[in-house]
Amino acid sequence: MSELLQASVIIGILTSAIRLATPYLYAAIGETFAQSSGVLNLGVDGIMLISAFASFYVVLHTGNIWLGLLAAILVGLLMGLLMSFISVTLKAEQGISGIGLYMFGLGLSSLLFKTMIGTVKTVTGFQAVKIPLLGDIPVVGQIFFNHSLLVYGAFLLVPIAWWVLEKTTWGLKIKSVGQNPAAADSLGVNVDLVRYVSVCLGAILAGIAGASLSISLLNLFQDNLTAGQGFIAVALVYFGGWRPVGILWGAMLFSTVNAFQLWVQVLGVNIPSDVAIMLPYLLTIAALAFTTNRGRQPAALNKPFERGES
Amino acid sequence: MHSEVNDKAAGTRHFDWAGIFVNLLLPLSGMLIALLIGAVMLLILKVNPLEAYAELVKGAFGSVSGITQTLVKATPLLLVGLGICIAFRASVINIGGEGQIIAGAIAATWWPLTFRTWPGWILLPSTLIVGFAAGALWGFIPGILKARLKVNEILSTVMMNAIALQTMNLLIRSVLMDPAGISAGTYLAQSERLPEQVWLARLVPQTLLHAGSLIAVALAVIVYIFLWRTTLGYRIRAVGFNPEAARFSGINVPFNQALALTLAGGFSGIAGAIEVLGVQHRLLEGITGGYGFSGIVAALFGGLHPLGAIPASVLFGALLVGGDSMQRAVQVPKSLIDTILGLVVLFVVGSALWTRRWSARRQMAAMKKGGEQA
Repeated sequence: MSELLQASVIIGILTSAIRLATPYLYAAIGETFAQSSGVLNLGVDGIMLISAFASFYVVLHTGNIWLGLLAAILVGLLMGLLMSFISVTLKAEQGISGIGLYMFGLGLSSLLFKTMIGTVKTVTGFQAVKIPLLGDIPVVGQIFFNHSLLVYGAFLLVPIAWWVLEKTTWGLKIKSVGQNPAAADSLGVNVDLVRYVSVCLGAILAGIAGASLSISLLNLFQDNLTAGQGFIAVALVYFGGWRPVGILWGAMLFSTVNAFQLWVQVLGVNIPSDVAIMLPYLLTIAALAFTTNRGRQPAALNKPFERGES
Repeated sequence: MHSEVNDKAAGTRHFDWAGIFVNLLLPLSGMLIALLIGAVMLLILKVNPLEAYAELVKGAFGSVSGITQTLVKATPLLLVGLGICIAFRASVINIGGEGQIIAGAIAATWWPLTFRTWPGWILLPSTLIVGFAAGALWGFIPGILKARLKVNEILSTVMMNAIALQTMNLLIRSVLMDPAGISAGTYLAQSERLPEQVWLARLVPQTLLHAGSLIAVALAVIVYIFLWRTTLGYRIRAVGFNPEAARFSGINVPFNQALALTLAGGFSGIAGAIEVLGVQHRLLEGITGGYGFSGIVAALFGGLHPLGAIPASVLFGALLVGGDSMQRAVQVPKSLIDTILGLVVLFVVGSALWTRRWSARRQMAAMKKGGEQA
C-alpha cells in the first residue's frame, strides 16, 4: 500500500478525481432540475449512452468537437421530450418509464455502434486547456486548472444551477411544481410546461454528461460505455439533498473513490479489481442509507399531476 | 404512490373479461407500434423489415428447436416476472432482478459442488431452495433498507446488481474457478461443471427444454393463489393499492413492502438457479442473459398478473430467440430487440392512462346505474 502514499500518486488520484466528477456533475445536476419539478427521470443512463454515441460518431466523421457536443445536446433534448411525453403528458409511472428509457438507450446505442462503427475506435476530443497563471501554481494548478473545457463547465454548472434554482422566477416555479403542483396550478403556473422544460433541461445535461465521456475523458465509444454511471448520478441527487452544492460533494466523493480504485489497478496493488470496481456501488448504498437529506425531497416527486385530483 | 400498479391491484374481480380485453389490447398495440418503429430502424439500416421479421418468427416458432428454445428463454422471464408482479403490486419497484439472478446462480453452483455426493432427489430440491434463499437475501437487503431507513429501492436494487456482478466475477476467477481450467492452464472464468444428478431433466430429447419450465408454470399458479387467496397476499396488494388506507386498517406497510421485495428476489434467485441447473450446468459470465430487465417487460405486459405473465414470457422469449436468428440471417445486431423491449415498456406504462380513465368511466357508469335502480 505504501506506493499509494507517494505525493505524485496522490496528485494523480486527485487530478483524476476532478476529471471523473465531470459526468456525475452534469447528469446529477440535470436530474436535480427534473426531480425538483417532481419528475424522477431514471433513464439518465440511457440518455448518456445515446448522446455519448451521437457525439462520438459526429467527431469521428467531422473531427469537429463542437458539432459533436451539439449532437449530444440535440439527442439529449429528443430523449427528454420522449420522457416528458410519457411521464408528464401520459402521466405514466415514472420509475418504470425511466427503466424503459434506459433499456431503449442501451439497446439503440449498442445497435448504432455495431452497425455504424463496429469496432472500438478513438477520436481526438476536447483537449486539456491550462488556465493562465492559476495553472502554473505548483500541485494546485495541476490538480484543478489543467483540464478540458467540459470539465471546467461541469464545475461552473454548480453555482449556475444554484442561482437558477434559488434566485430566479423559473427556479421558484420549478420548485413549486415539485412541492405542490395543485397549488402552483391554481396560481396560474403551467405545471406540465414547467415539468417539460425541467425534464428536457435535465436530459440535455445528461447528454453533455455522455459526451464528456466519449469525446473528452475517454475519447472512445464501446457497448455500455457508461457502465451505470447514470444511475449513480440519480443516487447523487438524493445524496446531495436536491442541492447543487451537496451534489458537488457527493460527486467528488465518488470520483475520488473511483480514481483511487483506478490507480490501485494501475499500480497493481494486491486488491482484486472486482472488489475495487465494487467500491463505488457499496459506497452509494451506504451513502443512501446514512444521509438524512430526505426531508428536502420534493413532496410531489414521482407523482404525476392531474387536475381535479386530490 | 399513484400508479397504474395500484389501479390494477384494485381489480378484485380478477376474471373481469372486459378488463382483460382492455389490458390485452393496449399492450398488444404498444408492441405493434414498437415493432413498427423497429421496422423503420431496419429500413434505415437498409434491411428489408419483412424479411427480418420473417426470420424472427421462423427462428422462434419455425422448428422444434426454435420452439423449445423459446420456452427455455421464457422460463427465467416468467420466474423474474412473478417476482416483479409481487413487488410492483406492493408499489415496490424492483430493478434488482439481475443481481438476484446472480445471487441465486452463485448459491445454486456452490451448494451442489459442496455436497456433490448427495443423491439427486435431495440435492436438486435443496439447491433450488438455496437459490431461492440467496435471491431472497439479495432482495431483503434493499427491502430492509427501504423499511428501516427509507432508502429508495430503485437505486439500491440497481447498486445491488453491480455488487452481485462483481462478486460473481471475483468468485469464478478464484474459489469457484474450474479446477480443470486451472490444470489445463486455460484459466477460463467459469465454475466446474455441476454433478449430473442435480441437472434438471430434459423434457424433449435432443433439445434444451428442461423441467424448469414446468416448475416456473407451477410457481405462477402458486403466486396467483398467494396474491389473491391468502391474507398475506391481500395485505401486499392492499399496500400497493393505497398505502394510507392500508396503514389505517392496521397493515404494517414497510414490513409488507420489504416482504414483497424479498419474495421478488427469491423468484429471481430461482430463475438463476434454474439457468445453472437446466441450461448451463455451471456458473459463467452472462448467466443473467439480461432477464432481470426483460422479466420486468414480461410482467408489465402480462398486466402484473402471474397467469398473464405466462403468455407474456413466451412472447418475449420468442422475441429473444427470434432476435438471435435474425442476427444470423440478416446481420442485424440483436440489440434491436433490446431497443424494441425498451419501447414496449414505454408504451405499456404510457398507455396505462387510458386504462385508468376507462375503468374510472366504467365505475361512474356503474354508480349511476345503481343510483337509478335505488
